[in-house]
Order: sequence, then C-alpha cells, then structure tokens
Amino acid sequence: MRKLLILFSVSMSVLLYACDGASGDNTSSGNADNSSAAANNSAASYDPERGEGKFSNVELSDKLNTTIADAGEKVYGVKCAACHKLTDEKLVGPGWKGVTTRHKPEWIMNFVTNPDAMLDKDPKAQAMLEICMVRMPNQNLSDDDARSVLEFMRKNDGVQ
Amino acid sequence: MKIYNIRMMTIAVAAILLYASGCKPKNVNSAVSEDAAVKTYVAPGKYDEFYNFVSGGFSGQMSVYGLPSGRLLKVVPVFSVDPEKGWGYSEETKPMLNTSRGFIPWDDLHHMDLSQTNGEIDGRWLFANANNTPRIARIDLTTFRTAEILEIPNSAGNHSSPFITENTEYVVAGTRFSVPMDNDNGDVPINTYKQNFKGTLSFISVDKNDGNMQIAFQILCPGVNFDLSHAGKGPSHGWFFFSCYNSEQANTLLEVNASQKDKDFIMAVNWKKAEEYLKAGKGKKVSVKYAHNKYDDKTHSSKSETMTEVTMLDSKDLPGLCYLIPCPKSPHGCDVDPSGEYFVGSGKLAALIPVFSYSKMIKAIENKEFDGTYQDLPVLKYESVLYGEVQKPGLGPLHTEFDGRGNAITTMFVSSEIVKWNIKDLKIIDRQPTYYSPGHLCIPGGDTKKPNGKYVIVYNKITKDRYLPTGPELAQSAQLFDITGDKMKLILDFPTIGEPHYAQAVAADLIRNKSVKIFNIEQNGNPYASKGESTAKVVRTGNRVDVYATAIRSHFVPDNIEGVKLGDEVYFHITNLEQDWDIPHGFAIKGANNGELLIMPGETQTLKWTPDKVGIYPMYCTDFCSALHQEMSGYVRVSPAGSNVPISFSTGKNEPADSVKTTASVK
Repeated sequence: MRKLLILFSVSMSVLLYACDGASGDNTSSGNADNSSAAANNSAASYDPERGEGKFSNVELSDKLNTTIADAGEKVYGVKCAACHKLTDEKLVGPGWKGVTTRHKPEWIMNFVTNPDAMLDKDPKAQAMLEICMVRMPNQNLSDDDARSVLEFMRKNDGVQ
Repeated sequence: MKIYNIRMMTIAVAAILLYASGCKPKNVNSAVSEDAAVKTYVAPGKYDEFYNFVSGGFSGQMSVYGLPSGRLLKVVPVFSVDPEKGWGYSEETKPMLNTSRGFIPWDDLHHMDLSQTNGEIDGRWLFANANNTPRIARIDLTTFRTAEILEIPNSAGNHSSPFITENTEYVVAGTRFSVPMDNDNGDVPINTYKQNFKGTLSFISVDKNDGNMQIAFQILCPGVNFDLSHAGKGPSHGWFFFSCYNSEQANTLLEVNASQKDKDFIMAVNWKKAEEYLKAGKGKKVSVKYAHNKYDDKTHSSKSETMTEVTMLDSKDLPGLCYLIPCPKSPHGCDVDPSGEYFVGSGKLAALIPVFSYSKMIKAIENKEFDGTYQDLPVLKYESVLYGEVQKPGLGPLHTEFDGRGNAITTMFVSSEIVKWNIKDLKIIDRQPTYYSPGHLCIPGGDTKKPNGKYVIVYNKITKDRYLPTGPELAQSAQLFDITGDKMKLILDFPTIGEPHYAQAVAADLIRNKSVKIFNIEQNGNPYASKGESTAKVVRTGNRVDVYATAIRSHFVPDNIEGVKLGDEVYFHITNLEQDWDIPHGFAIKGANNGELLIMPGETQTLKWTPDKVGIYPMYCTDFCSALHQEMSGYVRVSPAGSNVPISFSTGKNEPADSVKTTASVK
C-alpha cells in the first residue's frame, strides 16, 4: 500500500514537473531525483529490449566466468533466493530457469538495479507484476553484484 | 424617545466593547497575519525548509517537525520505551535504558542542543537531558535514533543541561536539586541542606569523530539550584554561564522560601582554567557508579557499561574557576548573544531583564571589583558586570533567543507574550501575544554564532481554548512567527507531543542528504543475523530456543515452527533482508507480554517470548509491506513441558497432516 502511494506521488510530481517546465525547483521538491530521471525519458524513446537504467551494452563471452558466477551465487543467497527459485517454479517472483533467454543482459542488469523505474513503464515487468502482485524490491545491488548475478543466471541456464 | 435611548445605549455598549477588546490580548482573527496561509503552506510532496527538533518533556521523547508547515515527521524515543518501534522492548535496545538503578523506561526530557563546529550548527548530533534520573543522550542525525546515553552521578534534577561549547568540546550537565554526594552518607535530616547538600556541574567531553561521551570532570559547587546555562562563544569561548536560584538554600516551600532575596546569581565558570587544574592534578578521584550505554549500527545492538569513577574539582579550593554575578530574582534562562559579548539573565520574578557584558566581567575580575563572597566563592559587583537593563519588558521573562540582526526575543510567561528588543540600545521594538504562557522559544541557530532569523517558534505550556477539547488534558503547542520584519507576525500554531521545553531548528539541507536509507545486509554484525534464507534455523540449548529467521516481502523463514515446550524461553532473531528504503518489517506473536519488533532493512532485532499455554500461536508482520502483507504470517506450536515433539521448522512445505512425523504425545 505504501509503495502504491509512493508510486502515485512520484507520478504526481512528474506531472507537476512537466507543468513547471524549466523552472522546476528540484531542491525543494520531494522525490526530486526520481522526477527528473523520469522526465528525461519520455515513453516514446523507451527501449523495451534494453529497459531503463545505467546499462546500455553488456558484452558477454560464450564461456562462463566461474569466479564471477560464484560471486553471483553468494549475492543470490542473501538478496534474491527469498523470492526466486532456480527452477521455473514461481515463488514470490518468477523462477530463474530460462531468464537469460527471455531477456537481454542489459534488460536484466537494468531491472535488478533499477526495478522501481522499470516497473512503472516496462511492459514485460508490468506483465509479471500482474501475475506476482508484489513489486520487486530494490535490493541495492552494486554494478558488480548485478553483473555477478547475471553470470550466475547464465550458469543456471546451462552456459559452461 | 425611548427607542432613541435604546439605540444610543446600544451604540455606547458597542463602543465600549470595541474599546475593551482593543486593550485585551487580541483575538484570534486580528492576531494572525493575513498572508499566514501562503507563508506556511508546503504543497503535498514538497519538503519543508527547516527541521525542528522539539523536546517532549514528560513523554521522555523528542519529536521532529518540518517548518514552516508544522507537519510532524517523527517521534524519537530517547529516555522512554516506544512500543511502536520496539524501542526498549527488543533485546538489542533494552541496554539503552539501563542505569545504575537498573532499567528505567521513562524520564523527563527538557532541553536539546545541536552539535556545533566553530559556533555553527554542524548537523551531526543532537543532545538531550533527562531531568529526573540524571542522564544525557546523544541522538544520531543520520538515523534519527538515540545512539548513546550517559548517566550522571552526583546529580539530581539534571536541568541546566545539555548545553554545548562552540566546537562541541563539552556538553554540560548541572544539578537542579542539590543533594549529598553519591558516596557521602545520604541518611541525614533534610533540614541539614546547608551543611550536607551540594551541587555539581559535569563537563562531558565529546569525541570529534564518533561522538563518544565521557565525563571529563565534575565541579563541586555550593548547594543551590542550577537552572539553565549556555556556553560563551567567540571572545567568551572558554567560559560557561549557569543561572542559579535558591541562594537562600531553602529545603521546603521553595515557592516562597527561595524567592526571598532580591538577587540570585549567574555563575561564570572558566572551563579552560578547569582544564589547567585538571592537568596540574588538582582533581580528586571519586568513586561512584553510573551507566554508559551505546548503540552500534553495525551489530544493531546496544551495550551498557558500568563506570566507577569521576574526577572532581572543588570550586572553593580553586581560585579563578567560578565567579558569581548577582542577577535579579530567581534567574531562569541564561542566554549568550551571537557575538559572545552579551549574556542575558532572565529573572522570572523581575520587572526587568539584565544584560551582562563579558568584557566588563573580565575587567571586573582583573580589578577585583568584588562584593564579598557567597559560600567561599567570589561575588562580582552587579554594576561592574552589567551592560544595561531592559526596562518593563513584561511579566515573567524566561528565555531569550537571538535573530542575528542585533535583536533578542524573550518569552514572558506571566503576561503571555514575546518581546523583541535591541541588544545595543535595550529598547523594546515589538511585543506579540502568545496562546498561552510561553516557556521556551527557538530561532533556527538562535543560540549559535549564526542565527537564521526567519522564524521564531514559541512553545506554550497552556492551550485552553485553542483546539477542539480532548477531555481534561489538552495539547501543548508551538506557535510560529515570521520575524523578518520589525513586527513579529503569527503565521501558524500546531500541537506538540508532550510538553515542549527547549527546541532546536536547522536548515533541512544540513541534515536531509545524510539520512541513512538502509543498513547494508552484508555488514550486519549482529551475532544472531541470518544473511539469506538458507541460513535460517531454530536451535535448542536447554530450555532456550533461538529462532534465526528472515523477513522479506512477504514471508518469514521459517514460518512453521514446532518443538517449543512450556517452560522454554524463545528468542526470535528476525533479520530484515530488504535493501530498499522505507521497507521495515514488523514482528508480533500472540501473547507476547512485552511488545513488537520493528526491523529496518538490513537489520536484526530480537524479541524474547515465554509461552504460557500449550497451543498454536500465530505470528505476523505488523508493518504493511506489500499487497500480500496480510499473508506474511506463520505459526508456532507449543507443546507441554516434557513433550517429545522435536524441534522442526520450515517454510513452504504445506504437507498433509499424516505425513508430519510427530503428533503430540505426552508422557
């Protein structure tokens, strides 16, 4: 409920910002960071393959980097396993089996580091929210964490 | 003719009424500034310009408001338990309220002072005093939680506290009630006050890096009532000024007996001199017992340590340490202006406000302009230290703050008004009524070198007819005045939590960006933390059962626990695995006779539970966390003492009853 309210207030401040135009007073406005970030990305320029966030091009090697994948498994244990199984079975969120074939690596890394913004506009994320009914929490993953988790997902999907 | 007469009379009565209302304190409509709504309106979703930290008096709490809207943002338990936050109920927070007399869940919080660097607010910490069982607290302004509490030995009625020096070198704590010292025989007749009762002033050092408090020294003083204090600044840095009353040394009916003399005192303490005496070994080690409690944001738990010694400097044996300045009629507030040259003593029964001069005081000391001694301490001549008097300011002056433009504003308790006057010419510029009986007041930075003279907030003791009635007990209140012009304009009033005494206000920019959003789960050092659901477990050790559980939207692991027996003490160690701002989880279990837990993201907190009956006990998350919050629950099965149900725990195993290995079987 609280989240829904926050969502509502963010979208309201986006509207306000749009009306304000260039005179928007970011220093005294609540949720200043979110509103400006959202306003800079209008729906027309949204790339549903890439998602929204700081990652635009993630280079993958054909082979698995086991060191990074192991680090990702540790992050998974602390921050992800409470909601995601490694099979295709849904727990709170969807099971991870096949996730790397369903989404581009950029999309995955953006979604795990920037879930709130993407849940507000990404069609695939929103479709999943309708099934799960729980917004994926921002688990505060660092860029390295996100990359490690991606590598662990690849391992889970059979990359060797 | 008759009709004409009646008309004349009506007009006359109306004229008299109009005239009369002009004399009385103005009514609500005329007292409120016309543009009040515009000045105090903060649109939904917008932030306030200032934080206002307001003492909660006998609630033992501190509350945080936004200004100019007067919106309540948070209530912080300081010297009180708070069931809403599990503060004082969780195993991790209980030690914060420990004292040399054991666990004390309440106190009377009067004053707050923000930490300063170079005489300006630095936004790091907030200090608060406990009046009843003397303690000083430090509140961390990144977490808005009480980080440290230090008990003060050799003290009673810790009132002239917790005021700080301009670089937060010291926080002071002075006694309101003089008493026999802790390690003296206290079993003496009360009417031996003059022989046996003493006051002390404690100087608590504050570590520059982590804020750690330590009693550097105490100064033993004559038995009087120390009331309020403020540190010198700029030229007077190195001195501290304390108001004192009851120089009559009465021990009964103080209302009358402590109001006999024409003048009491401001005591000027040269704390740089005290440091010299300390270095020269003039301090005496005194054995005492007091608690020092600290909360650690890495282990998410607190520790209470018992301290056993303080160093005492005796004011009567150490020349140059303390001087008494006569001050009319039971002085209360003791306030130093931004330049550090003037200090104001507010004699609450006086018809004037004396303003003293620091440079004149130094000259008077050099020239030995003394007026005898009091209890072996030198008394300076009133006229030699006096800069001047504000004449006829109003009735019952209590406290003064400064606007940074050369003016002072003083609350008048008895005549229920605030009065603005010029420090240089001592002339009154403006007076405005308050509703009613103001005690303290606060200008952002109003007791520092750099006040922000936009607003004054006045804290009223009585509200009577100002709000919808709520039975015999009514709200106390704060009133916000715009002070940017010559006339002070009332623009808002709002009720407060508990009785507000002193308060502090600061530009929000100094605090808001430092606010902690989550605790990093990887750095959680609580020995009972579960970092990930795979580490959750239930462990029996004798009759102690430790439940290491996790919480994340929206389930606990484990959420089915069996094997608990009557006579067991169960400790639920709940780790919140969330790493997202504003997602605490709560935890409650039926029949728990203490409280709930409220666990911040990345934190571990522990609830102790002693089941008292055999049965099934539901547990659940109390803080609405997601659309499936109502589903965030579980069960604990409690079997009779001596039952052979083994400890087992699970989440997500919805097994049919016949596949579960054990049913209750009692020998």
